[in-house]
Amino acid sequence: MTDAIRDPIRVGLFVTCLVDLFRPSVGFAAVKLLEDAGCRVVAPSQTCCGQPAYNSGDRGTTKELARQVIAAFDGCDYVVAPSGSCAGMLAKHYPELFADEPEWTAKARAFSAKCYELVSFLVDVLGVSRVSARFDGLVTYHDSCSGLRELGVQRQPRKLLASVEGLELVEMKSPDVCCGFGGTFAVKYGELSDAIVAQKTANIAASGAPTLLAGDLGCLMNMAGKLQREGKKVAARHVAEILAGMTDEPAIGEPKTEARK
Amino acid sequence: MSARDDILANIRASLGVTGAEAPRRFAAKERLAQSPEGVIPRRGQGDPAARVATFKAEAERAQASVAEVAGAADVPNEIARYLREANLPATFRMGEDARLAAMPWSETALEILRGPSDGHDLNGVSAAFAGVAESGTLALCSGPDNPTTINFLPDNHFVVVFERDIVADYESVWRKLRERYGKGAMPRTLNLITGPSRSADIEQTLLLGAHGPRRLHIVMVRDG
Amino acid sequence: MTHQPTSSHFKENAHEALRDAPLQKALVHVRSNFIQKRAEAAQRLPEFEALRDSARDIKNHTLKHLDLYLEAYEAKVRELGGEVHYAATAKQGLDIILDICRKRGAKTVTKGKSMIAEEIGLNDALEAAGIEAVETDLGEYIIQLRGEAPSHIIAPAVHVNKDEVENEFRRAHLHLPKDRDLSEPAQLLGEARGVLRDKFLNADIGITGANFLIAETGTSIIVTNEGNGDLTQILPKVHIVIASLEKITPTLADAAQLLRVLARSATGQDMSVYTTLSTGPRRPGDPDGPEEYHVVLLDNGRSSMLGGEFEDMLRCIRCGACMNHCPVYHAVGGHAYGWVYPGPMGAVLTPTLIGVKEGGQLPNASTFCGRCEEVCPVRIPLPGMMRHWREREFERHLSPTTVRAGLAFWAFFAKRPTLYRLATSFGMRALHLIGRAKGRFSFLPLARGWTRYRDLPAPQGATFQSQWRAKSRPVA
Repeated sequence: MTDAIRDPIRVGLFVTCLVDLFRPSVGFAAVKLLEDAGCRVVAPSQTCCGQPAYNSGDRGTTKELARQVIAAFDGCDYVVAPSGSCAGMLAKHYPELFADEPEWTAKARAFSAKCYELVSFLVDVLGVSRVSARFDGLVTYHDSCSGLRELGVQRQPRKLLASVEGLELVEMKSPDVCCGFGGTFAVKYGELSDAIVAQKTANIAASGAPTLLAGDLGCLMNMAGKLQREGKKVAARHVAEILAGMTDEPAIGEPKTEARK
Repeated sequence: MSARDDILANIRASLGVTGAEAPRRFAAKERLAQSPEGVIPRRGQGDPAARVATFKAEAERAQASVAEVAGAADVPNEIARYLREANLPATFRMGEDARLAAMPWSETALEILRGPSDGHDLNGVSAAFAGVAESGTLALCSGPDNPTTINFLPDNHFVVVFERDIVADYESVWRKLRERYGKGAMPRTLNLITGPSRSADIEQTLLLGAHGPRRLHIVMVRDG
Repeated sequence: MTHQPTSSHFKENAHEALRDAPLQKALVHVRSNFIQKRAEAAQRLPEFEALRDSARDIKNHTLKHLDLYLEAYEAKVRELGGEVHYAATAKQGLDIILDICRKRGAKTVTKGKSMIAEEIGLNDALEAAGIEAVETDLGEYIIQLRGEAPSHIIAPAVHVNKDEVENEFRRAHLHLPKDRDLSEPAQLLGEARGVLRDKFLNADIGITGANFLIAETGTSIIVTNEGNGDLTQILPKVHIVIASLEKITPTLADAAQLLRVLARSATGQDMSVYTTLSTGPRRPGDPDGPEEYHVVLLDNGRSSMLGGEFEDMLRCIRCGACMNHCPVYHAVGGHAYGWVYPGPMGAVLTPTLIGVKEGGQLPNASTFCGRCEEVCPVRIPLPGMMRHWREREFERHLSPTTVRAGLAFWAFFAKRPTLYRLATSFGMRALHLIGRAKGRFSFLPLARGWTRYRDLPAPQGATFQSQWRAKSRPVA
């Protein structure tokens, strides 16, 4: 934990559109983790980081959305997202997006420098080394591509998970291989995406863990959806939910009643 | 305009240059003249004994077999031994290389064929220009006395390398070539050979002896 | 060309590939072997990452001075009695080669593995001119018998199983007795070795590609494991090298840097078995080697890539690591890409060579997982360049109208945060109510592309932003 006596660090939560719309509990778990670490959390009015447009080749729309995001988080010391993919967009792609606009390049660079993925922010910036949470059972962890390759998120979640009481991590085969989500790819090339996620769910099931964790809701929705379609009894959750000890909500794609049995 | 002129003009247009810019010309000329060396792995470095040990280990890793003999005079016996133990005919082909010619072949019962291979030789013997410790690689130069065909056509290839010629890295081979042939000059063919021929094209099963030699036996000569 | 591009049918090709049982069986090998071997080789060399930087820098420097190094290379080859021919297009390249063949009255040509020869459709042109072209790389030989294009740039027959190889050999090798056992890969290799040995010894001309062309010495370098490239170039009276412009490398020292990352990235070897440096034709007194030495330098659109957003692609040294690590390639193999170059490097290169209209699907068929860039020995930003292609398609209105319409609809809301909050707040509550009993949807009309293959989780209810505001938490 930080022993800052100064004003608390002001963290803007970039909640991500998928968490905002589908699984707000991940957002609240992120808030809890940040507040426990001594941050003051704000959540400015927001929509999307622009990735769907960016990856579809629509640079114009992407820039408009990027400008909107940069303005919305203007007063924050840090911008933190519970997603490696969206954080990667903010931290790595915004500067290159404005490479042809000198006055915005500097702004985008300054903005990007304060953007982090949630778990790596906790560990690398705030120096958090353990959490107070309990989760009984085996879990396996999928490394989402952008977080892993753009931001180097790999040991941080494992480090914090190791401090969760009752939790044991078993690695699946090839945890660093793509789940086939790829944003709009999952829909534009559904059949191909399905073939890729099928490899993933086979590895998940073979790990023997009844719970799958990851740091990106997009990948989680893809893997959970496939596991459920295949009838594989693996519950999928965002890693923040476990680290925050907030597992009251049913796992991704599971009904409320079942969870309350 | 010829295709050549078209292509050069298009390259220059794309790069936004005329080709006459002095700094560019200087940069290219300097690089060609200086041949700056980049990152050199530590693996092959060390004193001569360390280089020899690394060379041997790396060559064996690449599935060559390696024997060490005390002097040039011991080479014929080593090759005769290998052929005998592998149940191979006591016949081989080699070029006119002076280093090989000076060896006491008549002390063995080996039959020697001279000149380039016609593709029907079982065994071939060559002398290496150098050995490279970092990857267990042999460097062989073509020339009137060293037919290149012997390096590829026989089933079993024997290469003699003198330990004083075992260098740390490829860059050292380039330097050695420069000493022998002059800056910017090369033998017609330089073969860098690392282990025996192989293919994994059928179901990724690694098999030795695809088109070149099935076996590569390296005879390291301690002094001479 | 027999191999007309089918890249514009990538989706259909992929659909078939996913149902091709022998192919899927063969792809299992790709998914594990290459990756593990590369990782081990990289691990074993502490300087590997520094060498990747060095390799990238050498390539960048060369491309920025390509005209000058080309001139230096050409002068050196000529000085040693070799001939250099420039081909602006595939057609010009073919004409040059056919012309040499005609002058020598060539009937049989042996070929080392060359992706440039595939790119210009050399085999078909030779056959059309009545010249027998024999591929000598075992994998290339197998696919030549099958009448196919390579499915991988360094393992062209990686999609073929051994039983299929046996069938091809039995069909093509008329001398084979019926009872000859060919059930093991070693027996198949022995059979091919015997047949091809005769071809090597009787060929009139040998054609190889080149991994590097050295300006300092006028040398062409080929890298093989089988030794077929060497037998192709030392036995016939004429050796023709066909290579694209960007193979130019300033010095031998530069080549050493590139060689150190090439084999490690490709097969996980420290060095390929045969790295052969050829400089000019046979010299006085030489007992073997070709009497004539020709180099055909192919542009085919590459000079236009310089200075632009696809220049980085010209660093590629054709190791295949990008496809070996690509989840899309792993799922469908190389033929689905529909032309010569598969995988991530193919997805970037193909549209530059055959046009974005024909090849534009390929850069879209990527999850942007970034594993290709992570392993590329010359650090080509492959996903970034695939994105550049998507941008070009979007600008030129080549992307599908449904995609554009969907994007525009979404963007309308995404650009209006207040409206977005209202709409999503309402929409998610509604969706929650519909899906809450099961917790997910196995069918949803507007998300058919998703629910056809996997369930879609139902939203939890109120959006994060509406809950946050309801709790009067800070928004600034």
